[in-house]
Amino acid sequence: MIKIEDIHFKYEGVYTALRGVSIQIDQGERVAIVGTNGAGKTTLVKHMNGLLRPQRGHVFLKDRDTKHMSVAEIARTVGLVFQSPDHQLFLDSVEKEVVFGLRNLGYSAKEAEERCHNTLSRLGLEGFADRSPFTLSGGERKRVALASVLATEPKVLALDEPTIGQDAKQKKLLAELLSEMNDAGCTVVVVTHDIEFVVEFFPRTVAMSGGLIVGDGKTESLLSNEAIIDLSSLSAPQTTLAASALRKKFPEVSNRITSVSDLEEIIVRLVGGL
Amino acid sequence: MPLIEFADFSFKYVGADSLALKRINLTINEGEYVVITGPSGCGKTTLCRAINGLVPHFHRGYIGGNVIIDGINTRTSSVANLSSIAGMVFQNPSNQLVTLNVERELAFGPENLGVDPAEITNRINEIVELLFLENLLEKHPHEMSGGEQQRVALAATLAMKPQILVADEPTSNLDPKNAEHILEIISSLNKRGMTVVLIEHRLDLVAQDATRIVLMNAGRIVADGKPREILVDDICQEIGVGIPKATQVYKGLKKRGIQLPSVPLSGEELAYIVQEAVLK
Repeated sequence: MIKIEDIHFKYEGVYTALRGVSIQIDQGERVAIVGTNGAGKTTLVKHMNGLLRPQRGHVFLKDRDTKHMSVAEIARTVGLVFQSPDHQLFLDSVEKEVVFGLRNLGYSAKEAEERCHNTLSRLGLEGFADRSPFTLSGGERKRVALASVLATEPKVLALDEPTIGQDAKQKKLLAELLSEMNDAGCTVVVVTHDIEFVVEFFPRTVAMSGGLIVGDGKTESLLSNEAIIDLSSLSAPQTTLAASALRKKFPEVSNRITSVSDLEEIIVRLVGGL
Repeated sequence: MPLIEFADFSFKYVGADSLALKRINLTINEGEYVVITGPSGCGKTTLCRAINGLVPHFHRGYIGGNVIIDGINTRTSSVANLSSIAGMVFQNPSNQLVTLNVERELAFGPENLGVDPAEITNRINEIVELLFLENLLEKHPHEMSGGEQQRVALAATLAMKPQILVADEPTSNLDPKNAEHILEIISSLNKRGMTVVLIEHRLDLVAQDATRIVLMNAGRIVADGKPREILVDDICQEIGVGIPKATQVYKGLKKRGIQLPSVPLSGEELAYIVQEAVLK
């Protein structure tokens, strides 16, 4: 679906964000991109939807070099939800905001309105259609930004830090929504620092540091690799930390615990074994 | 005298259908570290804006009751005046950064407060060291990553030496290691006497530092107390607030008839409590 070949990118001035990144993402995958601040994660996803063009290297979408595609063409395939909704929202009602993107991609007014309403209700935003995005909370604005991209039904959905400002319930709803989209064939790529979110939902993790990919593989094995955890400034989930502390006294405790229920079982056995 | 006092305070934004804050009564004393949490849209950010006067002076609307900060009623004071007492770090740092490089950004606040130039240089040097900003000094704020912007926004607020630090999800854009580092700094400032009011969804990061958690839902305060009391209360699940995984395990065990002697807030604490219980 997406093939990136040795791309380099330097922001005006001195800052080199990408120093030779290659990655291939197949249709229907769910991939999390993690790593230190300034590692190049956002720069990489901006290359996926054509907002940035590689200064060296190539980005292919379904085997077509994006060099020969317009931004609009790319946007129809890859929808990007920004880290800060304020970079994306600019109209005075939620409905106008969502309809705007759809009209730009050539949908009729009637069709755009219909899609808009479906998407808003899917995200629990029905009551917000006439509100100005600027009277909404940070978390709600983020969902409006997501709605405006979701409504276009992109084949690849890329989200930059989608869980920021979302409470536990919204996070769960977001995970369910992404699951649903993914089941319907949509490829999902997220940039995130939220390790619990990665563990629960993303089978593949890509770790970045200093403009390079330093790890790419199964989430479970990547997140139990201390060198990669360190290089990409991650921190292990509380359950994993508790388990490794317990293992020092009780060697029977496994070193692969990531879920609350697994840890509960272990403790029940430890306490029950008195 | 309390440092922050909300007395029956209500607020409705212009154009909104319902009240963002409904009769808030809240007293915060000097030296406290209060975490404000609750589902998105519950009024947390509005509450923080009311502390430094952005509500009602910048964000206008209907107002009821009073907010008194260090003896000053926010209705009759200005944002400029209040911001030297209560420094605010916003949710979105790029809204906060106004100048062309980091050094100017750090000088901007104290200059506006009329601080002596020699003292400004001292403060900048101190903060640059505290927040590891050496490499960013020459950078334009908009060339920086979200996490870098967040560190600079915190630095610019601290440069004004406020009595109260009000921070709206100050680590939301930071990677876990950077987030831990910033929270350590905030905690050490609190231990040196700064009052901290911090909005956060990820309670696993701050529960150990906080002296108090205030839970909000639909514009009201629905629980207020010590972290180890609030986080085991079922109200957290009811309103959709995520509790630390270690605390979740404590609650799960309790349901199965296993009562641990104390409430853990971190993985290490949980391991220690279990170990003590088993070995005893």
